Amino acid sequence: MRLSFPHMGNLYIPIKTFFESLGIEVVVPPLSNKETLELGVKHSPEFACLPLKVNIGNMIQALEKGANTIVMAGGGGPCRFGYYSEVQREILSDLGYDFEMIVLDPPKGNLLKLVKNIKRLIGDNSFKKIWFSARLAWKKAVLLEELDYADGMARVSKKLNKKKANNLFNYFEKEIDLTVSFDKLQCIENQMKECYHDLTPSFEPIKIGLVGEIYTVLDNFVNMDIKKKLEDWGVYVDKSISLTEWANTNLLLRLLNIHGEKNTEIAARPYLNHFVGGHGLQSVGNTVLYANKKFDGVLHVLPFTCMPEIIAKSILPAVSKKYNIPVLSLVMDEHAADIGLNTRLEAFVDLLCKRKEGMKDEILFRS
Amino acid sequence: MGSVSTNLVLIDKKCRVVKKIYLKTRGQPIKAIQKGLDFLGKDLRDENIAGVGTTGSGRMLAAALLGADIIKNEITAHAIAGIKFKPEVSTIIEIGGQDSKIIILRKGIVVDFAMNTICAAGTGSFLDRQAERLGIPIEEFGSLALKSRNPVRIAGRCAVFAESDMIHKQQIGHNIEDIIKGLCEALVRNYLNNVAKGKELKDPILFQGGVAANIGIKKAFETALNRKINIPDNYDVMGAYGVAILAKEKIEQQKIKTSFRGFSSKDTSFNTSGFECMGCSNHCEIIEIRSNGRLISRWGDRCGKWNEWQNLDVI
Repeated sequence: MRLSFPHMGNLYIPIKTFFESLGIEVVVPPLSNKETLELGVKHSPEFACLPLKVNIGNMIQALEKGANTIVMAGGGGPCRFGYYSEVQREILSDLGYDFEMIVLDPPKGNLLKLVKNIKRLIGDNSFKKIWFSARLAWKKAVLLEELDYADGMARVSKKLNKKKANNLFNYFEKEIDLTVSFDKLQCIENQMKECYHDLTPSFEPIKIGLVGEIYTVLDNFVNMDIKKKLEDWGVYVDKSISLTEWANTNLLLRLLNIHGEKNTEIAARPYLNHFVGGHGLQSVGNTVLYANKKFDGVLHVLPFTCMPEIIAKSILPAVSKKYNIPVLSLVMDEHAADIGLNTRLEAFVDLLCKRKEGMKDEILFRS
Repeated sequence: MGSVSTNLVLIDKKCRVVKKIYLKTRGQPIKAIQKGLDFLGKDLRDENIAGVGTTGSGRMLAAALLGADIIKNEITAHAIAGIKFKPEVSTIIEIGGQDSKIIILRKGIVVDFAMNTICAAGTGSFLDRQAERLGIPIEEFGSLALKSRNPVRIAGRCAVFAESDMIHKQQIGHNIEDIIKGLCEALVRNYLNNVAKGKELKDPILFQGGVAANIGIKKAFETALNRKINIPDNYDVMGAYGVAILAKEKIEQQKIKTSFRGFSSKDTSFNTSGFECMGCSNHCEIIEIRSNGRLISRWGDRCGKWNEWQNLDVI
């Protein structure tokens, strides 16, 4: 079996680690780039959202690299994503690829099917080995998030310039990716703590919360590196969605059947009290939570035609007004030039700076 | 520097417009800038220029060519200009060549804004194209609309559909005035339902950008909103005016010398070239600007490694 899967941010690192430690050959598709998008756009229905198109591109590139099995996530609820694995299977078959697709649906009653599918993937590995692989992969996911945070603070505080920050980030990302032992990961963690220290900015930065559709929030190719862009301007950005948090609440807690009502859902209730698919409900709830946490503004990112987030988008102005927190919705599609994005982001940051008390006009002249 | 027009404004110490020029970019931004520079510099020397600012979608290119002290997005620039014209302004409607925006202000501070997203229906280039198709000079477009007694209804949600809808109305014999007025109303409807959706439009309202020249659109806004729409004197160059004010303030506050390259830039030959960086998976398109063979600016990379030209001894 030569296993592959589509990209979502740097999720490929823990996934690859997990399967490789189980002795499965993994083919990681090239990191999403323009060719990926071109392939995806060419072979996808025009009206589908960007995640489907990028995924198709990833899959084609993986199959061309010799993959013969693709793992894809399923999903429930009104978001179209739940059906994408089927659509992708059909499109790729029509293109003449011979492969097997294993769909991992979130456990919703039908636990047996998920277990059966996982069993197909992990084969005869012992429980102990699976546990160690999972532990290694999980640790990597946690470290990657720590790295993302440290890198962000280094940029915001201007302790590292853009180029140095990039080099350091790339170095650690690669180290985490290539490591196969748990102890070595511990060493990397210590090394990271040494390299990224004393990152508290000498000024109080503008704080923006990033909400929206999970794939757009987490994948830097799709969101055009929006987080780093803002951090390089000295703006602190907090992602409302993280992989480990998502996995915790959606996989572990559900498996253990202790899926209670979450903070975001409670916060969203006055505006939206129903699951609308994807992260629509969370986008509304998190905006309220960010306002309570005294963030300066909220950025809402969504792929063009994303139904759950369109619902959130139409509700957010009410939240924005009630809590007096500026919200900017950004629609992501196959844009190639980022000048339009820069214009909106820069104007939004200008607006937040002007609102922030004690801010001098000078910040307006940052350019 | 916008997609359709390139505008240059010269202001004095008191922020009064001394000279202004509105030029069509026509896909040749470098030529347009040089032409504008030639016009502004006629009875001026380099020393007369205390500061330079650029804005619009071509602001990076313009900054490289001119040697700008400040580069600013057009939303902020329009807001600054609007406040200067009318300090108590609460709403700015701005419709340019390729995009349209709404800026909401309270007590002289921008509190909210929006810009059209994927579609350019309802912007200047679309009006230009329709005027051309109907064989009417764009300058007469607005006044023709005012002559209409019985405007037709046109679908304004999408430029492509609006155009086919218009053609159908023409084919069944509606007269041109009624179609034009219908189009103006459709564009205003589209703007209000799309860009201005969910915003509270309070008085006073300013209408800026090239399309403000179109009296038909102004009228349609007034009818739809039942409010008075004010058009500033320099409505067509408000973005440039705003960034000029910002440049002046920056130079005064930070007491720095301008990086203006001088009026001789109008005769310098500038070349742009591009390449794709294969350094990582992003494959960024890098743009290089050379003046007489020397590299003067480079941008387009996400990681910052090609911006290092500033540290190299190339200038």
